[in-house]
Amino acid sequence: MAADLWTALFIAILGAFTGYEVISRVPTLLHTPLMSGSNFIHGIVLVGGIVALGFATSDLERAVGFVAVVMGAMNVTGGYAVTERILEMFDRAKRGGTKP
Amino acid sequence: MTSVAHDVVDAVYTVAIVVFILGLKAMSSPATARRGIVYAGTAMLIAVAVTFFSPGLSNFAWIALGVALGGGAGYYWARVVKMTAMPQMVAVFNGMGGGAAAAIAGVELLTSLRGATAYLSVAGAVIGAISISGSVIAFLKLQGWMPSKAIVLPARQVVNFAVLIVALGFGGYAVGGLHAQYLAPFFLFLVVYGVLFTLPIGGADMPVVISLFNALTGIAVGLDGFALVNGPLGDAGYAMVIAGVLVGAAGSLLTVLMARAMNRSIGNVFFGAFGAKEETGAVVQGTLRPIDASDAAVLMAYAGEVVIAPGYGMAVAQAQQKVKELADLLAAKGVTVKFAIHPVAGRMPGHMNVLLAEAGISYDKLFDRDEINAEFPAVDVVLVIGANDVVNPAARRKGSPLEGMPILDVDKAKTVIVIKRGQGKGFAGIENELFYADNCRMLYGDAQTAVGQLVAALKQN
Repeated sequence: MAADLWTALFIAILGAFTGYEVISRVPTLLHTPLMSGSNFIHGIVLVGGIVALGFATSDLERAVGFVAVVMGAMNVTGGYAVTERILEMFDRAKRGGTKP
Repeated sequence: MTSVAHDVVDAVYTVAIVVFILGLKAMSSPATARRGIVYAGTAMLIAVAVTFFSPGLSNFAWIALGVALGGGAGYYWARVVKMTAMPQMVAVFNGMGGGAAAAIAGVELLTSLRGATAYLSVAGAVIGAISISGSVIAFLKLQGWMPSKAIVLPARQVVNFAVLIVALGFGGYAVGGLHAQYLAPFFLFLVVYGVLFTLPIGGADMPVVISLFNALTGIAVGLDGFALVNGPLGDAGYAMVIAGVLVGAAGSLLTVLMARAMNRSIGNVFFGAFGAKEETGAVVQGTLRPIDASDAAVLMAYAGEVVIAPGYGMAVAQAQQKVKELADLLAAKGVTVKFAIHPVAGRMPGHMNVLLAEAGISYDKLFDRDEINAEFPAVDVVLVIGANDVVNPAARRKGSPLEGMPILDVDKAKTVIVIKRGQGKGFAGIENELFYADNCRMLYGDAQTAVGQLVAALKQN
């Protein structure tokens, strides 16, 4: 295995512990934003899609890379908008506001 | 790539990752949650922009078109959809991430079928493809475009396992023998597996399933990252590894929490086809006692404390605004009103909290099961709105299919009023003993109508 892969594995292990620690005590209230927020964060896949399409050379690679970019972009913007909407409501509810 | 450009890209990814972690952390407290998503969003924007402008890329027009199409569609859809449709939205966007991960793995495999990288791509493809096809089935079930109950095919364990093995066989053969033409059947069988995996999982188990697919997509993204670190823009790979694994860990934890809230193992949720068959055995003795809205309203108006326990029925009927109106009217009469939230009530983690927040009910009135269970004996009236299995005392009895599931102890209150559409059983297909209890009254009607009648009756007296 190349040195880069070992580095990545090392990073992955630390990332797993971080993810566990960061959210280990979340109230039920925030389960939805947490899930939808982490749904947004794996939208980083868009970056991978851009790299895949950006370095694609054949038509087939380009086509599959394009699918990756479209789906990745949907994941990012959709995940963000859903999370923002949910948190916006929590804010409004806290202020005792009513229906918009 | 020049070293300066390289350093800039590196630095940006590093900052983005730190902000992601801080953003996720901020999302674990109600006061800071909103800030958290804005931070994470900004970091994402910068990471995507720096990737787009990093040296060596081509196909710019295609990239821009893809981002515009997918990004525009995702944003628009997420903005216009009703709050009650949130669970299926989360499923869709999560599936998109899984699909993207599978497609990236596909490009990697087309570029090179050699070495450790290729096997990592295969793993990323497997998990990503299962995530997208499973999420689509979850979406269809939640949207009501297919029956939400568990769909059980004959010999499904064997068939599912065989399909997965065949898929893995194609993947391994493609990589081992450098046969790119086997990639198509590889992906096809994976997609079929994702469908077969999700079909036998019923509606009430969706909170667990949605968080599982979320975790899976994270892991698929992380695996793709592994495959990319040796590529032309390796730093992007590292960013994906961290973000992907972060989500994988957080999502797995949430999945376990959800399963534990039902006192069932992960294996039972995913492979048990729960809710597919009706309970035989125990017969419940007693009669159902109906009550009309005006009597129910009087009971509540003269109570010291009313606890409202909402369930999926409130979501289906979109009754949350009416419920808010009811709570306000009662509060105006000096009644203490609280909401009891079961962790798996509804179709996604925290579903009830979101709907009640949408209606403008402050979250300090919402109480977790563990916070409020001890209070029930002192509560005058509990109003159950469209919840069934999560308040079924059968869970305390040995041998019941619900055995051991921690429930809301609403039956211990002085009076329980249950709003229910008809005399049907809950998702688990089990007769609810609560409904036959001496202190229980049934208010028939869908949640929207029934709560509306309560509101009207309260306004009159």
